[in-house]
Amino acid sequence: MGKKRYSVFAVAREAVRHHTGWDRAWASPEPRKKYDVIIIGAGGHGLATAYYLGRNFGITNVAVLEKGWLGGGNTGRNTTIIRSNYLQDPSAAIYEKSRSLYETLSQELNMNIMFSPRGVIMLAQTEHERRGYQRTAHANALQGITTEFIGPARVKELVPIINIDGPRYPVLGGLWQARGGTARHDAVAWGYARACSEMGIHVIQKCEVTGIRRDDGGKVAGVDTSRGSIDCDKLGIVVAGHSGVLAQMAGFRLPIESVALQALVSEPIKPCMDVVVMANTVHGYMSQSDKGEMVIGGGADGYNNYTQRGSFHHVEETVRALVETFPIVSRLKMLRQWGGIVDMTGDRSPIISKTPLAGCFINCGWGTGGFKAIPGSGWGFAEMIAKGHSPLTDAFGLERFREGRFIDESVAAGVAH
Amino acid sequence: MLILECPNCGVMAEEAELVPGGEAHLKRFGPESSDADFEGYLFQRENPRGVHFERWRHAHGCGKWFHAARCTQTLEVFATYPAQTTAPPQDIRDAISAKRPGWTWREIR
Repeated sequence: MGKKRYSVFAVAREAVRHHTGWDRAWASPEPRKKYDVIIIGAGGHGLATAYYLGRNFGITNVAVLEKGWLGGGNTGRNTTIIRSNYLQDPSAAIYEKSRSLYETLSQELNMNIMFSPRGVIMLAQTEHERRGYQRTAHANALQGITTEFIGPARVKELVPIINIDGPRYPVLGGLWQARGGTARHDAVAWGYARACSEMGIHVIQKCEVTGIRRDDGGKVAGVDTSRGSIDCDKLGIVVAGHSGVLAQMAGFRLPIESVALQALVSEPIKPCMDVVVMANTVHGYMSQSDKGEMVIGGGADGYNNYTQRGSFHHVEETVRALVETFPIVSRLKMLRQWGGIVDMTGDRSPIISKTPLAGCFINCGWGTGGFKAIPGSGWGFAEMIAKGHSPLTDAFGLERFREGRFIDESVAAGVAH
Repeated sequence: MLILECPNCGVMAEEAELVPGGEAHLKRFGPESSDADFEGYLFQRENPRGVHFERWRHAHGCGKWFHAARCTQTLEVFATYPAQTTAPPQDIRDAISAKRPGWTWREIR
């Protein structure tokens, strides 16, 4: 379609034309009768999958179906943290692929995703955690990921507002990844959608999948949607918290439970913290947005629900613990609080897999840490859909539960993920 | 905040007083069972958007286990019932049917 590129010259040109010349960033086409590939879910992971199908494999007869609006689920509800300091080799590989793709994503998509590699510290506040992170730092050294275990003095230097000798939760050190950071979550979804649209991939919003059809041979044949029935050769399910609902339509079960994870932001204040700090012992993590708000991530509910709102006693828990570590936040007013539905697996690692339904693939189980994985997950899942398997995702198959090959990140990642 | 009535001690207990115990009425499969059954028992979980049955423990109260029938979409609590049963009682199923016609959960309806 030859969209106009975004650049400083485009901004200058539009400034003198009263911004009358901007195109729509992506098209809103009517669905075709049939596509080569249908992706269910236009969040970050779904759009990235479609993008890399087109970019890496030339498959552009693709539709991305979204029941709500683009990036309106967890993509727009997370705390935007990007890091790759995982313990296990398969996780480190896919998260590091992802993090490295983020580095150049703005240029590649011609959309400023505001990737800010400001550094991520995961605080060690118990002796157990300190040993755990030292182990992770050693593992990362073997995996070729640059992380470092730092002592309390260096933590204080990086985060002047921190209280390192709090009586209950003293800071014993931290796992420091200097090239971790944050990005603008909406822009990631918008950037991928715009790039997909430019390649001729259909991004179809307000199109809820209500059923999955199979042909006589038991292979996937298409989907029924709120905008009619659409045929496809291959189907990718990328719906995070609602994976269980879609799996039920496709006729298989998943080792996944959906819970609400919540976050909140404070009123904007002057710049006071230029890194991301995660405190997993107390289930809280915090960064300062470009607007000056302190973005705070909290814990997940312990029981299944789809309410997308979270609960106040979890907010209280999170804030109570953060106040000791960051005394400065004690007088802050909190502006907004929200929740997203995350899909938790038993080993806290994702499922990127073929399914019992032939031609149907699933990418889910990212739990509390999906945003950081968007480019890598899309890259690997696209390869799996196009070629049947991908070295990046081979270890994340559904069969790992039956075979006992867990990728156990529950200890390394804790709840803040 | 979720409030459940503990059928053991009769207290209307707030979420913070309770500990969730996951899916209810799991059938245990041991060493003699098939791989599929064992995998199902260990890992596969019902994850409905709607009617769900769960185990809960009144941890900061009487300390005893019980069951709850809930809607995961609206957080409506249909009923709580004692732990000493392998399926939801019929009167609770009927009460749910009145509110959510056509509901199913595993093979139960």
